[in-house]
Amino acid sequence: MRRKEGEPVGGKDIIRNRALRIVVSAAVLLAAFYLLQRLFMPKYMSSVVEGAMIAEYYGEKKDHDVIFIGDCELYENISPLVLWEEYGINSYIRGSAQQLLWQSYYLAEETFTYETPKVLVFSVLAMKYDEPQKEAYNRMTLDGMRWSASKVASIKASMTKEERFVEYVFPLLRYHSRWSELTKEDFQYFWKRKKVTHNGYYMRVDSLPAKDVPKGRPLGDYEFGEQAWMYLEKLTDLCKKHGVKLVLVKAPSLYPYWYEEWDEQIKDYAKEHGLAYYNLLEAADEIGLDYQKDTYDGGLHLNLSGAEKLASYFGNILAKDCGLSSRRGEEALEQSWRKKRELYNGEALRQMDQQEKGSFTGK
Amino acid sequence: MLFTSYGFLLFLAVVLILYYGLPRRFQWPLLLIASYVFYGASGIGNLCYILATTLATGLLACKMQDVSDAQSKWLKGKGKEASREERKAYKQRMKKKRWRLLLLCLAVDVGMLAVVKYTGFAVSNLNVLIKALGSGRQLTFFDIALPMGISFYVFQAVGYGIDVYRGKYRAEENLFRFALFVSFFPQLIQGPISRFDQLSPSLFAPHKFQTRTISLGLQRVLWGFFKKLVVADRLIGAVGMLTKDTQTYEGCWVVVGMFLYAVELYADFTGGIDITIGIAQAMGITVQENFIRPYFSKSVKEYWNRWHISMGSWFTDYIFYPVSVCKPMLDLSSFSRKHLGEQAGRRAPVYASCFLVWAATGIWHGAGWNFLVWGLSNCAVLLVSQELEPLYRNFHERFQVAGTFGWRLFGVARTCFILCCLRTFDCYRDVPLTFRMLGSVLTSWNWGELFSPGRILELGLSWADYGVVLLGILLMLGVSLWQRKGSVRGQIAQKPYWVRFALWLSLFFMVIVWGSYGIGYEASQFIYNQF
Amino acid sequence: MEELREGLLEILEEMHPDTDMASCKGLVQDKILDSFDIITLITRIREAFDVVVPADRIVPENFNSLDALTKLVDRLLEEE
Repeated sequence: MRRKEGEPVGGKDIIRNRALRIVVSAAVLLAAFYLLQRLFMPKYMSSVVEGAMIAEYYGEKKDHDVIFIGDCELYENISPLVLWEEYGINSYIRGSAQQLLWQSYYLAEETFTYETPKVLVFSVLAMKYDEPQKEAYNRMTLDGMRWSASKVASIKASMTKEERFVEYVFPLLRYHSRWSELTKEDFQYFWKRKKVTHNGYYMRVDSLPAKDVPKGRPLGDYEFGEQAWMYLEKLTDLCKKHGVKLVLVKAPSLYPYWYEEWDEQIKDYAKEHGLAYYNLLEAADEIGLDYQKDTYDGGLHLNLSGAEKLASYFGNILAKDCGLSSRRGEEALEQSWRKKRELYNGEALRQMDQQEKGSFTGK
Repeated sequence: MLFTSYGFLLFLAVVLILYYGLPRRFQWPLLLIASYVFYGASGIGNLCYILATTLATGLLACKMQDVSDAQSKWLKGKGKEASREERKAYKQRMKKKRWRLLLLCLAVDVGMLAVVKYTGFAVSNLNVLIKALGSGRQLTFFDIALPMGISFYVFQAVGYGIDVYRGKYRAEENLFRFALFVSFFPQLIQGPISRFDQLSPSLFAPHKFQTRTISLGLQRVLWGFFKKLVVADRLIGAVGMLTKDTQTYEGCWVVVGMFLYAVELYADFTGGIDITIGIAQAMGITVQENFIRPYFSKSVKEYWNRWHISMGSWFTDYIFYPVSVCKPMLDLSSFSRKHLGEQAGRRAPVYASCFLVWAATGIWHGAGWNFLVWGLSNCAVLLVSQELEPLYRNFHERFQVAGTFGWRLFGVARTCFILCCLRTFDCYRDVPLTFRMLGSVLTSWNWGELFSPGRILELGLSWADYGVVLLGILLMLGVSLWQRKGSVRGQIAQKPYWVRFALWLSLFFMVIVWGSYGIGYEASQFIYNQF
Repeated sequence: MEELREGLLEILEEMHPDTDMASCKGLVQDKILDSFDIITLITRIREAFDVVVPADRIVPENFNSLDALTKLVDRLLEEE
């Protein structure tokens, strides 16, 4: 509004108006930036759900007995529901695609600020990577984390040469080029996302039999990298500091190939540090895994039936070797798992249903 | 540090805060430090070159000043009693002294530029020659990485040296101030080539914090970023493909390439200058304009008065005029008049210096035959149109179209087309190849390919990208048209606050969203590949 | 001086018959004279008055009007 001529102009008024204008302008700018950023960040709801996993943890009630940390060798291979039903173990998988060792370490560090589980299970396949691999995977693990010193450190350790820290602080700077690729999903899940996992477990009911799994190509050097060792040691120390029992596992996935030489190194490390190490590949028969039925992609990952078998087997180890007692009967937990079971069964049924109709796409 | 890097934005923010936060007497020293930090970031070794230029030119200019001062003192004192002849002889002597100092200054500055910029080119040409003479031996040369912006600051320093020699203004006695003039960071990468008497008053003056100047300056920076990031950088890939893969992209694609390159070059260069002038303005410093809507020129001559103005005027003032009026040139003029007639006599100096200036302009743009040919083709066009002047006059006397809109539009289109053709030497970087490609426009008549979406999308731009480029072109065109009525930012500033705010906020988000920066989101990258 | 002015006016008018050379005050500024014209002008001055305008005197202020130009040439003649 224009001030009429001759009307007295109060000095204070001008200053107040100006200050207000600046505040409102800044608020509008920030709000617009925030909204655009929310819109452009990938939602990972229908195609690459692995990107949505890390963030789901924050909505959980955090008093888990066991936390699994690692890549797809955990989050597709073991069912926390079965651990609960059969052993009364309340567990959660903090998994993400191609999670690198330092990312696992910082996830553990972050998890311990929320809760102190009794056992931390870590998948050792990540030892094979000694340097940041792919920007897309970094993003899937890191974008979902809430801001904390651990996230900052994890970003710094993970960035590839092309990446910039500021693009993690303002992901809009990273994802702005999606403007022409936005889909319905980006609007649909603008505010609220749906859950893609069951306590971190990513369910698949379909199956694709494993054929001949090629033996690994001989490597020039079987020694794990320095970075990897360093973070494994840090993880060991961290768990010790928090009084958490660290358990190392190699999941029974046939591929990527797990070399004998690698296994030896982990065995030695475990012995040296007094840690438990289970190579579940060797226990496949004991677990009762049938690679003709229990995998959905020819031996890389287990399907629902495989993951339940593995949970059933591994729960026994956790209960016996780690001395975890059953928490069945705790009313609050029982109630929450009842709900989870419904969702779990519902999802399994939905997938099977779709599969029968032939419209199952795996997602 | 590129203008379009996060590092530069951070650097700029820090400099601006300090600039207005520190006591005002520290403003120009701060800029000097900032400029050296900025230049040092491109390679610590590069600082040697700029220091050498600064020291040589700064000190020698002071020496020239001393000579002039001594001269005027003598003329006012002792010289008063001297005879006219004595005074004249004295002046001559002093002039000669200054001339020697200037020569030394030019030798250092231009010599350095010649060594770092042209050694490789010279040696490779020598090698061709040696081979042609039948010798198996070849000279080896070490390739010196061209220090960022050296062509610009050396020219700026040389201009200053010549001006001091001519007595246009006094030499700057404070070497640090002179160092800032040479290294002022916003114009270090791509000019403009400023003149000391134009830049120095605002460069060294203390500046009060004024919201208006700062916001006007930053608005211009934002507009520069729009041109650079949204338009120019988006086209880099496509232009690169069109000019590198010459087997695939013949015929009509040459024309497409010319057009896209014209857009890219304009957006990139004027955008960069917008950022430069905008930053300077935000600090209260006036840097001269380098472009005045060049693509609206109605002739090539006019274009060169409106495109990269600071370079053109540099060549005119420091090469074209001195060469045209130097003694050998005047002798040439007399000689031609005597032997070839009146007309030839009048033209000889203009033609010869024009030729020289354009050869120099070409080679200044880059060490390569293509640039030389590019410069000389410009020269040829200019001279031919000069010769055709009577013809034009005749035409316009008969047909009264000169002032009409249609005729002006035709002039603009014709000029754009000619310049696009000339620029192909810059695109293909190879003279025979350029001629072949230009020829293919006529020989391989493949315009049908333009209508196959597959071919168009092959250039790495999606339809959405083409849409953004089109929008960018329209915006730039609109702004240029609007600019004819005066400063666009000035006109926007008249509008109510919230209108302005909405306008600049939209531009900001256009840059953020449409800018070609950061790791592109490639869906393919996200396809989960079984790990 | 008057003679000099007349001579210069003649040269200028010959170059740009359609401009009022005697009264125009912005010959360079308004881009009536371009760099080619300046050189032509200097060559003609040399022919007519046997005096060379050195490069350091080629600045817009000296060529913007007939008066300025007259003054310039006059001074140059004096310096001879």
